[in-house]
Amino acid sequence: MKLTLRVWRQKNAGADGAMSTYEVDGISADMSFLEMLDTLNEELILTGDDPVAFDHDCREGICGACSLVINGDAHGPERTTACQLHMRSFEDGDTIDVEPWRASAFPVVKDLVVDRTALDRIIQAGGYVTVPTGAAPEAHATPVPKPDADFAFEHAECIGCGACVAACPNGSASLFTSAKVNHLNVLPQGAPERETRVLDMVGQMDAEGFGGCTLAGECATACPKGIPLTSITGMNKEWLRATRKASRR
Amino acid sequence: MTPEADTTPEAGTTSGSAAYGTFAGYTTGEPLADTKAPKGPVNERWDTRRFEAGLVNPANRRKHTVIVVGTGLAGGSAGATLAEQGYHVVQFCYQDSPRRAHSIAAQGGINAAKNYRNDGDSVHRLFYDTVKGGDFRARESNVHRLAQISVEIIDQCVAQGVPFAREYGGLLDTRSFGGVQVSRTFYARGQTGQQLLLGAYQALSRQIAAGNIELHARTEMLDLIVVDGRARGIVARDLVTGRIDTYYADAVVLATGGYGNVFYLSTNAMNSNATAVWRAHRRGAYFANPCFTQIHPTCIPRTGEHQSKLTLMSESLRNDGRIWVPKAKGDDRPANEIPEDERDYYLERVYPSFGNLVPRDIASRAAKNVCDEGRGVGPGGQGVYLDFADAVRRMGRKAVEARYGNLFDMYRRITDEDPYTVPMRIYPAVHYTMGGLWVDYDLQTTVPGLFAIGEANFSDHGANRLGASALMQGLADGYFVLPSTINDYLARNPHRSGDDEVNDEHPAVQEVLADTEDRLRLLLAVDGDRTPDSFHRELGELMWEFCGMARTETGLRKALERIPQIREEFWRRIKVPGTGEEFNQSLEKANRIVDYLELAELMCLDALHREESCGGHFREESQTPDGEAARRDEEFSYAAAWEFTGTGDAPVLHKEDLVFEYVHPTQRSYA
Amino acid sequence: MTRTMWDSSVGKKTVMAVSGLIMLGYLVVHMLGNLKIFFGPDDFNHYAHWLRTLGEPLLHHEWALWIVRVVLVAAVVAHAVCAYQLSRRDIRARPTKYVHRKPRASYATRTMRWGGIILGLFVVWHVLDLTTGTVHPGGFQSGHPYQNVIDTFSTWYGNVVYIVAMLALGLHVQHGFWSAAQTLGVGSRTRDRALKTIANVLAVVLTAGFVAVPVGVMTGVVS
Repeated sequence: MKLTLRVWRQKNAGADGAMSTYEVDGISADMSFLEMLDTLNEELILTGDDPVAFDHDCREGICGACSLVINGDAHGPERTTACQLHMRSFEDGDTIDVEPWRASAFPVVKDLVVDRTALDRIIQAGGYVTVPTGAAPEAHATPVPKPDADFAFEHAECIGCGACVAACPNGSASLFTSAKVNHLNVLPQGAPERETRVLDMVGQMDAEGFGGCTLAGECATACPKGIPLTSITGMNKEWLRATRKASRR
Repeated sequence: MTPEADTTPEAGTTSGSAAYGTFAGYTTGEPLADTKAPKGPVNERWDTRRFEAGLVNPANRRKHTVIVVGTGLAGGSAGATLAEQGYHVVQFCYQDSPRRAHSIAAQGGINAAKNYRNDGDSVHRLFYDTVKGGDFRARESNVHRLAQISVEIIDQCVAQGVPFAREYGGLLDTRSFGGVQVSRTFYARGQTGQQLLLGAYQALSRQIAAGNIELHARTEMLDLIVVDGRARGIVARDLVTGRIDTYYADAVVLATGGYGNVFYLSTNAMNSNATAVWRAHRRGAYFANPCFTQIHPTCIPRTGEHQSKLTLMSESLRNDGRIWVPKAKGDDRPANEIPEDERDYYLERVYPSFGNLVPRDIASRAAKNVCDEGRGVGPGGQGVYLDFADAVRRMGRKAVEARYGNLFDMYRRITDEDPYTVPMRIYPAVHYTMGGLWVDYDLQTTVPGLFAIGEANFSDHGANRLGASALMQGLADGYFVLPSTINDYLARNPHRSGDDEVNDEHPAVQEVLADTEDRLRLLLAVDGDRTPDSFHRELGELMWEFCGMARTETGLRKALERIPQIREEFWRRIKVPGTGEEFNQSLEKANRIVDYLELAELMCLDALHREESCGGHFREESQTPDGEAARRDEEFSYAAAWEFTGTGDAPVLHKEDLVFEYVHPTQRSYA
Repeated sequence: MTRTMWDSSVGKKTVMAVSGLIMLGYLVVHMLGNLKIFFGPDDFNHYAHWLRTLGEPLLHHEWALWIVRVVLVAAVVAHAVCAYQLSRRDIRARPTKYVHRKPRASYATRTMRWGGIILGLFVVWHVLDLTTGTVHPGGFQSGHPYQNVIDTFSTWYGNVVYIVAMLALGLHVQHGFWSAAQTLGVGSRTRDRALKTIANVLAVVLTAGFVAVPVGVMTGVVS
């Protein structure tokens, strides 16, 4: 098929950007969206143009590097990552807009590449269990009820792509933060740091300049791993609980 | 398959460039030995080694800098652990975040000899299975240590909050994996790698926050700095600004993964690369068993030229799916229109006792053979059917869905076909590389102060890796082995960062810097007419054809003739747009291909010299009368460690003889 | 705890949730009281008078009313200040808009800010109109709320302003109530349906209840 692409081009963080239009031909329905961009880039290189920069790595939907807003949707029209989106989701002759994640906490590095280190710093603020190597008790010493283990897993599935931030009208990282808070706070292993974790992570989230949550729900719709919106409710509950406990100390 | 026994050189031919005509061949050097593993009973060696190893006073540790390159399971766990011990860690990853390392894509699980099932498992059995699974090309001391440590890994990960699958009683669930007879594989749905990696990433994050780790994300190691025979740092490029910098340390740890991307199409991540290990090899680290690559039988076949990578489907599918192709060549009817008696369930036919559950290498080769015969299915005839019709009839759609639902969804998303009603199409793909930098029992390479861990080293899997063992090895190396053994090196080499002569003015550093800068400048200057990907694809196809699932002397010689030509053409026709002082993904790619073009040659040479079949390395000339892989222990029971002598020059082969005191070599049989 | 609350975006949301629920509770009572207008001037005026004597003799005359007013003003101010500060944070967090725009969240969700502003302005007008009488059409008679209400809804703009504001209120309550539940951590997957239903019912009942009055005046049921 033949497509018209309108792609955000921006030389570097300091430069102004704009949408540029490209025509691509000979696109197969079996191509992934990124393979379609590869095709465009091969042509651009040969004509002496700068290929479009975009983050990608595993191309099987798990590393979380993909960060494309396609026709206004984070990761495009299907509920998956852009690398697992196939061109059969588009029609011959379509015009497709491709933009980077937009949030002030995610400055553009180049073209479609953004800096997501703010998410790493949220994890660094408390998204872990303090357990130095070698200090662990026998794995079966603490049984974990299956529903709790499943709940933890469901939230631990977050791939840290940042689609939630990109989709949120407020550029909020609440879904990302809450996924980790819920994952660790429900487990007995995470219990000793339960209060400090949520307070520190939410504090860091705010400090990074992410917006607040207005429960618009777009994050959960965009999330390729299906982290539910109730995850944020859970984080709020943990936060209130921690705030109450902290005030009693 | 046509055995070319008549062209096989004399057994034991190892010497001289003359033997191999148009390419440089190789020479044989001094044998190599691992001097670090203690003698004595195999189950006491690790304790002994830890006791004998030197220690660094806790107060002095912060004065030592250790560079860790890579943040996957091995690198992430090593960085976190070294930082906890008090070392100053400087860590690198090319990704934007340490959480994206390709360990994240591992699906199946992680082995551990916990014996929670009371099904006869033990450290010794895991040790035995791993040595045997590796087709007797791994070191017993290392493998035994791996089996011992496996138990601690699970404890560590559970304590970190890794949400392993659990049973209703709240205890950990395990399953049997890859045809093993005990249930020792711990898993977190189909995302075990992700969950373990996030555990390591979280431990790493804690240390970054504590100021013990200086993390450089989007920074790629381009060369190793060796001063006075010791690894003292690296040269790395900031991928955002293009700035090339030097980083110094008392020891350098490479945790940069495998080199499967030499094949262009593999299940590796797009940016996984061999530059760090290859540059280290060029600076003196021996490269061991480069030809040992694992080809996974159940991947989704390619759909065309545009294919950029291949996606693995969990091997567990073979538990209930039946593999077949049409009996007739070129039968292009849709699968469901081919009647039962015109189908060839070839694995069940040839291996009646194991059927569809034969080991990975056998399943892969068999698929290649039927496709070579012209009976392959799907685009380009590069695929075989994996049919669940019987399973759906037997268990019902619900049960199939419960077991494989997420895999079926993934398959449907990629192929747009419904595996409940139409048989899946699968084809083998490069998945893992057992070869890597040669390391001793301490995981130190032949360059003092340079360590290699995880898939980057060659050690523990021999010629073939068992399913669910890669995660185990990465974490064993990173959490437990390296943090114990690196102390010994640092204790015995008490130079401290900052107080000696190594800086950018040192001639050795100047040379490395100039090398790196020249290479990048040259890549940008050629301004030819071919893209980096076009070379990568060409090299990959060549390697897949001649150094893939089945290898022959003729084919390998052809590849060895062709690779230098591609290399020459590369430097004449490569086109890299942009400059080196900016975010330039084409430059990154081209620079990685430079190293693939050299590594590929060594892989073929290694494959050519190893005239036996073993594990993932199948030489068509070396088969049993019934067409199975024939190992030749008398001649090849060694690890082949190659020394670099120059691009295109004959490397030197150093053999490390493998001694089997506990697990005695036997020939595999699955007939 | 106050510090933590005020410094955090989640804390500010909590303040909004609590103040919103206070106002919501007031509105339910207010709406029920309004409906007394359908029972005629005596009942309605008596009810208005009773509000001033509420709590007597424990409380002094009108004290209860003033307590309610103080709490309400505090709630309105807290709600508005938090909304303002959070909105500024949200707008700063997303300075560049997408070229390809695609609204997807519900209308109620997307109109929370404008709806809030409309309601704020409405409250000012409403107080000036029917409490102080400053902008009341015709002669405002203190102590005769029945007639005052009829006066207001006898003008076209009185009806328009009121009905538009009440529609905005319905939308605001629909998202606001459910949202407050999530902020306070009482939402869950199993409760989600119930919460959404309650939010919808509240929104419809409040809007219908309030709008019934001007409709009653317009149709002559109330005169």
